[in-house]
Amino acid sequence: MLTTPIYLDNNATTPMDPRVLEAMLPYFTQKFGNAASRNHPFGWVAEEAVDYAREQVAKLIGASEKEIIFTSGATESDNLAIKGVYEMYKDKGNHIITLTTEHKAVLDTCKHLEKLGAQVTYLEVESDGLLDLQKLEAAMTPQTILVSVMYGNNEIGVIQPIKEISAIAHKHGALFFSDATQAVGKIPVNVNEDGIDLMAFTGHKMYGPKGVGALYVRRKNPRVKVTSQMDGGGHERGMRSGTLNVPGIVGFGKACELCQLEMEQDAKRLSALRDKLENSLLELEESYVNGNKQNRLPHTTNISFKYVEGEGLMMAMKDMAVSSGSACTSASLEPSYVLKNLGLSDDLAHSSIRFGLGRFTTEEEVDFAIENTKKAVNHLRELSPLWEMFKEGIDLDSIEWAEH
Amino acid sequence: MAYSDKVIDHYSNPRNVGTLDKSKKNVGTGLVGAPECGDVMRLQIEVDENNIITDAKFKTFGCGSAIASSSLATEWLKGKSIDDAITIDNMDIVEELALPPVKIHCSVLAEDAIKSAINDYRVKNGLPALELEKSHH
Repeated sequence: MLTTPIYLDNNATTPMDPRVLEAMLPYFTQKFGNAASRNHPFGWVAEEAVDYAREQVAKLIGASEKEIIFTSGATESDNLAIKGVYEMYKDKGNHIITLTTEHKAVLDTCKHLEKLGAQVTYLEVESDGLLDLQKLEAAMTPQTILVSVMYGNNEIGVIQPIKEISAIAHKHGALFFSDATQAVGKIPVNVNEDGIDLMAFTGHKMYGPKGVGALYVRRKNPRVKVTSQMDGGGHERGMRSGTLNVPGIVGFGKACELCQLEMEQDAKRLSALRDKLENSLLELEESYVNGNKQNRLPHTTNISFKYVEGEGLMMAMKDMAVSSGSACTSASLEPSYVLKNLGLSDDLAHSSIRFGLGRFTTEEEVDFAIENTKKAVNHLRELSPLWEMFKEGIDLDSIEWAEH
Repeated sequence: MAYSDKVIDHYSNPRNVGTLDKSKKNVGTGLVGAPECGDVMRLQIEVDENNIITDAKFKTFGCGSAIASSSLATEWLKGKSIDDAITIDNMDIVEELALPPVKIHCSVLAEDAIKSAINDYRVKNGLPALELEKSHH
């Protein structure tokens, strides 16, 4: 039976897998020790659990457990990677290259470093969301110490050519960092095959708990170091002080293990469901997929329904949780910067909806979403003066709109 | 952000959706907003020989609050004289729909649409357009 509301916003966060919760529970009450307590069994039990989780996490990305630094989540990992590399290597150079479509945790960290003397190049992506490698090649300088490119985009799901990007970074002697928050656990990610030196990811996007994430920091070829951003007890090989969140880490580890076991079948099932959803919705006139459709996360689609506004549309899509590139508030009338960077006009960006499927999404839910979305789009188009004008053959660009 | 019951009511059952014949002399049309800003309202009034608004229709591209604001505006306009209609203030709409601060611009847009429709009617009928204060939102 279908229970509403249905959840199709798995790029924002995922529900925790009950198996993850089960693994975590003992570490709240019985096995509550501090993993840094070296002198009694409570500490040993906690440390053992953390070690095991570190292996589970490392294995999922093809790393060694010594290369995993536990953090509070991807935002902290992004900060630690970028600021930490800048501080450690700034004598070598002060240039960082990133993309305009990165997550705010990367962009705002780079902006922060600009105030401290860093030079940052924000490369624009192509209209399909992918980076043109020649642009990266052209932007590299002897001063470049870090290239930061996300693995899979949170809004449109496009997957960047990571191997090629890391190769260019390395050729010029720079390190390569990837925010892989949306990709790890969804598609195979291997830090060695992909040539990744640092990588951020988090538990709650892969059916694990919130408040726990990791930064992968390469130990060999090259040995990468980051300056810690928090002073204290010198946990996590001195790179991230603070008492370890043992239950969270245990859950994160379990979530990684489950992803490793089930990713392939999940991805297959979800991409079929996503395609069904997408193809059905594209039957609506004047609807367009945003971003490259070939190189894309299996569970994500982002569609613009022209002549209806996203926030209004979400309200009409009753009993469904999705996300829109439109934010109609006085604080921010700006539509999604990611979509705008693809070259989408503001009105198309305002008309976009992101659907994010997940491990617990059923076909029945997708069928419901298709019907519900179609009904909502048609309803709002009946209300839309722009749709009426379009139907009358009026060119909307020929109208002088009262800017406000 | 949760919507008020009145916004949801107007949004789910919008009143007076539609189009009046804008070529008619006694129909005034206001088209305000811009697609790039995420909201466009078209509000139309039909006025009888006694300057009473006998019909009002709207179509809106925008969020739920924008749709509700214009739906409410058409309800209020019907039966009013154009002189009374021009006094409708956006804050009346804010109050009636319990709009939160971030949605006040929707009510401002509705007020602009009313005034713009009335002016269109006035100009068509040889009356001078009313000076409108420029609103910011």
